[in-house]
Amino acid sequence: MSRPTRPRVQHPGAIAIFIGPFAVLFTLFYLLPVAYAVWQSTRTVERTGTFGPAEEVFGGLTQYREVIADEAFWDSVGRVLLFGAVQVPIMLGVALLLALLLDSPVVKGARFFRLAFFAPYAVPGVIAAIMWGFLYSPNLSPFTGVTREVDLLGSGLVLWSIANVVTWVYVGYNMLIIYSSLLAIPGEVYEAALLDGAGQWRIAWSVKIPLVLPAIILTGVFSIIGTLQLLAEPQVFRTFSTAVTSDYTPNLLVYTTAAVPNQPLAAAFSVVLALATFVLSFTFLKLTQRRAFS
Amino acid sequence: MSATPSSTAYRQSPVSRTVAMLVLGVFTLYFLTPIWWLFIAATKERGDLTTTNPLWFSDLNLVENLQGVFSYGDAILPRWLLNSVLYAGVGSLVATVLAGMCGYALAKYAFPGREVIFNVVLGGVLVPATALALPLFLIFAQVGATNTFWSVFLPSIVSPFGVYLARIYAASSVPDELLEAARLDGAGEVRTFFSVSVRLMVPALVTVYLFQFVAIWNNFFLPLIMLRDERLFPVTLGLYNWNTVVNQVPELRLYVLTGSLVSIVPLIVVFLLLQRFWRSGLGTGSVK
Repeated sequence: MSRPTRPRVQHPGAIAIFIGPFAVLFTLFYLLPVAYAVWQSTRTVERTGTFGPAEEVFGGLTQYREVIADEAFWDSVGRVLLFGAVQVPIMLGVALLLALLLDSPVVKGARFFRLAFFAPYAVPGVIAAIMWGFLYSPNLSPFTGVTREVDLLGSGLVLWSIANVVTWVYVGYNMLIIYSSLLAIPGEVYEAALLDGAGQWRIAWSVKIPLVLPAIILTGVFSIIGTLQLLAEPQVFRTFSTAVTSDYTPNLLVYTTAAVPNQPLAAAFSVVLALATFVLSFTFLKLTQRRAFS
Repeated sequence: MSATPSSTAYRQSPVSRTVAMLVLGVFTLYFLTPIWWLFIAATKERGDLTTTNPLWFSDLNLVENLQGVFSYGDAILPRWLLNSVLYAGVGSLVATVLAGMCGYALAKYAFPGREVIFNVVLGGVLVPATALALPLFLIFAQVGATNTFWSVFLPSIVSPFGVYLARIYAASSVPDELLEAARLDGAGEVRTFFSVSVRLMVPALVTVYLFQFVAIWNNFFLPLIMLRDERLFPVTLGLYNWNTVVNQVPELRLYVLTGSLVSIVPLIVVFLLLQRFWRSGLGTGSVK
């Protein structure tokens, strides 16, 4: 039996040189850790007798049963979901509003505003959290009038105080993504609308927003991934607020569990979290794409 | 630019302009006040921190504070800054070269398995870096390499998003005819890439560099898990550590604030200088 011969690959040597280094590192530091985490999550620690030596053996789905039964884990997942459901729409809404304003001919000094809005993105999450932690504190804050009256670091509000930190850092970044795709819209697209006598608000609503929907979806997916992974900001806030516990977000719980140390359970948390992230961002992508591109 | 020559002829009510400028003004205050406050705090004497107007200067003490923070704890802060520059500055440079080469090859050469590789890498974009931190720690522990420079550096030089962006950009901006012409001239594939194609890909490569730079600079979980030795810390982890003991060592408070300012000023400057690359690159990623 002779199969149809494939066309010979041109320049195999060059392809190997170009792809080889990335492929090796990607395998070592992406694929291998994922595989290792999955394998680790199927292990369990067994002891012979009360004081016998601990031994790691295959435990099947034991760890996943633990995960399902772990209330702290589901509490933390619920907390970040609530966080995301409120913070992501606000952040993207503000980003869209600012991008549209900067793109409209009504506004003067767009360049300055763009720089001002983007500047916080240069502040790493840890540093931003330290800064805002001081700003929220009853004594150091420049707004002691507010912070002495309202406990921004108490258990009732601290989640939203953290949400404000994340919003502060990322609005400018998301704004810039949306703004760049606004700039990519060719001018002729507006001509017809202008000839029809449409005003700026009308053009923004019926022409611009539909055209930049793909960019908004992109920022949405990245925001969802970021929300589920929250770690640095709440970890920093543990210094300022006793309301932020060591299992406040899923990743904090992973960190705490790994430090116990209970690596198999921590690995199982990680796997479930990564799967949840993947499913959520994928679903969001599918749902919005159907509406945006049909 | 989207503004057409006729844009000044729009019917613009002064009301909508005022409202627009007001909204922008309020948000400018929101974004810049914390940075201004940090700057002011870093110029103050320790005693003035809580007693004087937090948003305006009192005694100018910036130089003394800088001297203090740079020499505190056997001059550990300069070391942290240097580490961050190595992790983020050098790391993202290597990451950009690797991702640029891989994305270019995926765009410009036909070979079996190309789409499989691309899709696996694309899946990698969706894997959150924090999910990798713990298994990476365990793997490095197996070979006894945790708490080393390499344990943070090596995982940082892999950028799946960079491959994605480089591929999309190379496909649209490096013409096949140009590569054919170079081949006819007898130039090797690798040489053609570094002397011809890279130039055409510069906007995308700068974007990849910036993205990876920020990702490494901001990465907190990996160094937090990997490193025990203070002398290997990036500046974010170092300042975080100082901040956790601020209640026991009150004089550190001013150093945490001054150190924070020191760590963000270079970044803000670099960002503003490379701003146009952000825009062109982000546009590529989202529109095409």
